[in-house]
Amino acid sequence: MKIDQMTMEDIRSGLDTKKFTAKELVQSVYKKISEVEDQVEAYITLSEEEAYKKAEEIDTAIEQGEVLGPLAGIPIAIKDNICTEGIKTTCASKMLEDFIPPYDATVVKKLKDAGAIIIGKTNMDEFAMGSSTENSAFKVTKNPWRLDRVPGGSSGGSAAAVAAGMAFMALGSDTGGSIRQPAAFCGVVGLKPTYGLVSRYGLVAFASSLDQIGPITKSVKDCALTLDVIHGFDPKDGTTKSVKNATSYLNEIEKGIEGLRIAIPREFFPSTLDSQITNEIMESMFMLKGLGATIDEISLPITEEGLSAYYIISSAEASSNLGRFDGIKYGYRSDEYEDIEELVLNARTEGFGKETKRRIMLGTYTLTSGYYDAYYNRAQKVREKIKQQFNDIFKKYDLIISPTSPVLPFPIGEKIGNPLDMYLSDIYTISANLTGLPAISLPCGFCMEGLPIGLQIIGGPFSESKILRAAYALEQELGLGNGVAVIKEAKR
Amino acid sequence: MKWETVIGIEIHAELKTKSKIFCGCPTDFGGDVNKQTCPICLGLPGSLPRLNKEVVNLAIKAGLALNCKINNVSKMDRKNYFYADLPKAYQISQYDYPVCTGGYVDIDLDGEKKRIRINRIHIEEDPGKLIHLQDEPFTLVDYNRSGVALIEIVTEADLRSPLEAVQYAKTIKSILEYENISDCRMEEGSLRCDANISIREHGDARLNTKVELKNINSFKELQKALEKEESRQRELYDFNESYKVIQETRRWDSSKGRTISMRKKEDAHDYRYFAEPDIPKLVVDDETIRQIEETLTELPSDKKARFIEDYKLTEKEAEILVGEKSLADYFEEVIKFGLSPKLIANWVLGDLMKLLKVQDTNIGSIPIKAQDISELLKLIEKGDISGKIAKDVLEEMFNTGKEPTIIIEEKGLKQISQGNVLEVIVDTVLEGNIKSIEDYKAGKEQALTFLMGQVMKETKGQANPVMAKEMLLNKIKIV
Ligand SMILES: [Zn+2]
Repeated sequence: MKIDQMTMEDIRSGLDTKKFTAKELVQSVYKKISEVEDQVEAYITLSEEEAYKKAEEIDTAIEQGEVLGPLAGIPIAIKDNICTEGIKTTCASKMLEDFIPPYDATVVKKLKDAGAIIIGKTNMDEFAMGSSTENSAFKVTKNPWRLDRVPGGSSGGSAAAVAAGMAFMALGSDTGGSIRQPAAFCGVVGLKPTYGLVSRYGLVAFASSLDQIGPITKSVKDCALTLDVIHGFDPKDGTTKSVKNATSYLNEIEKGIEGLRIAIPREFFPSTLDSQITNEIMESMFMLKGLGATIDEISLPITEEGLSAYYIISSAEASSNLGRFDGIKYGYRSDEYEDIEELVLNARTEGFGKETKRRIMLGTYTLTSGYYDAYYNRAQKVREKIKQQFNDIFKKYDLIISPTSPVLPFPIGEKIGNPLDMYLSDIYTISANLTGLPAISLPCGFCMEGLPIGLQIIGGPFSESKILRAAYALEQELGLGNGVAVIKEAKR
Repeated sequence: MKWETVIGIEIHAELKTKSKIFCGCPTDFGGDVNKQTCPICLGLPGSLPRLNKEVVNLAIKAGLALNCKINNVSKMDRKNYFYADLPKAYQISQYDYPVCTGGYVDIDLDGEKKRIRINRIHIEEDPGKLIHLQDEPFTLVDYNRSGVALIEIVTEADLRSPLEAVQYAKTIKSILEYENISDCRMEEGSLRCDANISIREHGDARLNTKVELKNINSFKELQKALEKEESRQRELYDFNESYKVIQETRRWDSSKGRTISMRKKEDAHDYRYFAEPDIPKLVVDDETIRQIEETLTELPSDKKARFIEDYKLTEKEAEILVGEKSLADYFEEVIKFGLSPKLIANWVLGDLMKLLKVQDTNIGSIPIKAQDISELLKLIEKGDISGKIAKDVLEEMFNTGKEPTIIIEEKGLKQISQGNVLEVIVDTVLEGNIKSIEDYKAGKEQALTFLMGQVMKETKGQANPVMAKEMLLNKIKIV
């Protein structure tokens, strides 16, 4: 098996049985990067020096027979909106082009403690705003399956890096589908955990009440393994919770799905949906049924109201969170200014990209007194209503299954000029963010053009274990995952 | 026309917490610039606030001391605005659900009680500090204060004069000090006042346009600023109806002795408040509130009443003693040594206060132990030293912290009460002043005072005055 096709599980056993060293592993990853990164453009920053240093540490530890962390020696990548001490964290923005955080995000610290090796920081939509990774100030990441297609967004760099074999796991952040949608587009597994299961400390905030960090991996098992490491209460994040009986997600994963009650919302399969998506999801449904789950069709209205509520709330919070980028304390500073007002104005005008500015303006407007009740307050009420709907469903069912995205990976440039059309590609994923519920996307097949199709599983609060069990069962049945996901050589 | 002044006050008090409101950074005053900071209080990207529990408890304590309702559920909000000293571009504060609502405090106006209603008390963070350099085209920022925990105490518009406002502010200060909620060091900015002031015709129920005076940091300045603004507004109304007061924020310039416009209502900020998503709702159960209530100490007004009742002090005496908690504590400590409260009050309020004033210090930082001052007063009662000498001894104690007996010993100040020693001196004085004896006999009372003076002079003030006078009178009769 070629190294770039291995899962984290394969690597752990390879290192333990001394088939290869961590250093060799890191070398092979950077070799792969040197081969394909030019075409995929998944990374903003590579941290070779740190990676080799860490690899040597791991190799020494292996030699001395020390007990290693669960991710020891595994080369991973981190989305560039998650702070890494001493390594640039740009949020794909000119505003933070040279920002080097003096601290690690809690998740980064946990990954490092578990022995993971950080290969680099991945490209994204600026400040995680977007669904195609075309809004980066630095580069446009390509879908490794077809280089003329977008990898999805905003964690497109992370998904592409994993799909192209340039990292074995990559962290993403998901505010409205930003882990799941690119995972679906790139044919990999992406999990958005329950809000509060994973610490947000060190994640440069986009919309604080919706953001959640999660793993993007090749297999469901790798996803569970990562979640085992990164989840849990963090005293630095007041919104995190400690989960009762938090046993290992990995240990639970093979327990099967006998008796699980699964709901399929009919509204997620409109007649306009690409029939290839409908067919692949349906096929998966029958497989799950065959494995002992019960399937019911239910009604879960997906309204434009929900999408609007999402954009109002996320933009409102973003307008506030991004206020700190004023050109005064760090980051981009304009050369031209007469007074402090002009300094802030010019820094923000020149430092932020188009989409970011669009959302800051939208958010500022909807919070302004006089419009607050008509927009922000109403959006919060819609959010409550959606929460209630999901609550009711999860009284009767264990899981909801739907497509991850209503569209297949679209051509680069196709939607960039039409933000409303772009926003629609998140319509199946935003509910999990508005409700704080956990959701996973895993590949369930390919369309005729060879592009991956993603299936989404949503669960009740803190039901990650159940979600992972179902995803794993399906993955096994489909024969995908576990290193089988074929990474094609990028086309020239 | 008869005008009535209407004033409402907002007091910002820095809470006496060891660390800042959202991080573990220290709150000590005067540390090296920007050294007491971390990613959280600097608002670095990715950092998250973590609410310090001590802050909530102190805010609740303040609410209980000011008769407020403590809300079991409250929340933190973001107040969004750009300012160079505000690292996150928003201040975390409380907007529509503050931790305490609807209280009151009674203030004392020349013996008359007046109840001032408190609208709310909320928690918030302090921003940093801008340092404007003279003749330089730039400004420096010190974030040491950024994230220091504050409470804001807001009154209803119940105050009717600058004097009432000052009396109110003093009352709040003393309560916060009493309850160990804030240091209330106005000169260090740990207590600051904003005041809303408007005037209206007497009997008018509706409020007129108000002006907000910002960041006043002493009671004297508060009074001056309000008086000046009061007369400015009166003049405007008296001058011409059309010269109405406009709603604005004005800053008090103490060097110029006038208020200066900062911003008009037209460009007043829209703070775009919304619920802080990084901090969960604040939930406080009744048991916690009860436990905090138990830590409340006697309030100054109650203490004053007790002092008058138990120690038979005058209104004025009690008020001064209670005005500063450490002074009242000191007073009661001395009482424990079994002296008359009235005598102690005289000495504490008289000579000791005078020394404190001259040396510009407070009772907490002087070296005189309560036991030592009681010792001194006992020596006077016993007649070992005169009251006059005691004053000198007290000053020496104040400066050196030595015990009174040691000072008296060292300086030989013990009163001369032995009859034989005194007799020799009295005889000497009488021999040298035959004329005065005759004057006295001729009915000139002052002659005796003169002779007493001479005795005191001879003994460097150490003669027991009662004995000396008796001896003089006896001897004059004999002579
Ligand atoms: Zn700090």
